Amino acid sequence: MLLAATEMNQRIWYALPLLVSVSLVYAATRHEEVGPLLNHAWRFALGIVLFMLAIAAVIQITTWTL
Amino acid sequence: MADNSEKANPYTSAAEAAPEVELRNPRMAMFLGWLLPGLGHLYQGRTGKGLLFMITILSTFAYGMYLGDGRVVYASTTNPVKNFSAFKERWHYACQLGIGLPALPAYLQTWRVENGARALQWFDDNFERPPYQREQVRQLYSEGLFGDQEGLDIEKQYFSSTDESTNLVTHAGEREKWHHDLAYFFELGTVYTMIAGLLNILAICDARWGPLVSLPPPIDDKT
Repeated sequence: MLLAATEMNQRIWYALPLLVSVSLVYAATRHEEVGPLLNHAWRFALGIVLFMLAIAAVIQITTWTL
Repeated sequence: MADNSEKANPYTSAAEAAPEVELRNPRMAMFLGWLLPGLGHLYQGRTGKGLLFMITILSTFAYGMYLGDGRVVYASTTNPVKNFSAFKERWHYACQLGIGLPALPAYLQTWRVENGARALQWFDDNFERPPYQREQVRQLYSEGLFGDQEGLDIEKQYFSSTDESTNLVTHAGEREKWHHDLAYFFELGTVYTMIAGLLNILAICDARWGPLVSLPPPIDDKT
């Protein structure tokens, strides 16, 4: 079970390249200048991470006794 | 009563603050942007953004293809309207097609297979071709399209795999073999390539209409 949990934790790293590309492309559709673009991308990536953490927390809480 | 007439209109000021972007021939840029991510922007002279879109979107697509061993981009039918049930089995291709040229060979491969020809043999026979059905392979074999290969070898190549206990597993079709062999990397590669296609739609909109400017909330007229 611990092994399975570790494997699941490793899989989360596959989200990282997607996080980078999605936030960069989304921010690039809002700005033309590099500075504001990177700033927006950083904030957007942070928002995605917080959203994912919130969903993970909800799943963790609702499946606590399973 | 407060006089709003002297206050700057937030919509006008935000629009004025937005950088002037020269959108050269937006329709052509839109088409080029679909054909290859970032190409529309390069055509418009927006080199930085063009390269950003090109690198991020194409690398996302390429990584997805790598994870899925080149199997994750294929079309289940060439006519989704007429053959909707087949299209539903691989609706993901509709999202992947957003990336344009990199996903178009899948359509050509499906068209070839539907017309009784063998799929093109690029990149070790895994170049965006649809999974073979047993009947298709039998027919291709009877027509001699597999060359000198023995029937049993073809059966093994397309419909059999070895599991973790080194047992031989025979699959109903090639799609089942791909799912068995690639396990969750098949889904992961599919997700990556789909997101790449969908991201390119955002880039296409940017080439057509320019960057979206976030406007401030409107002034409340009651104050």
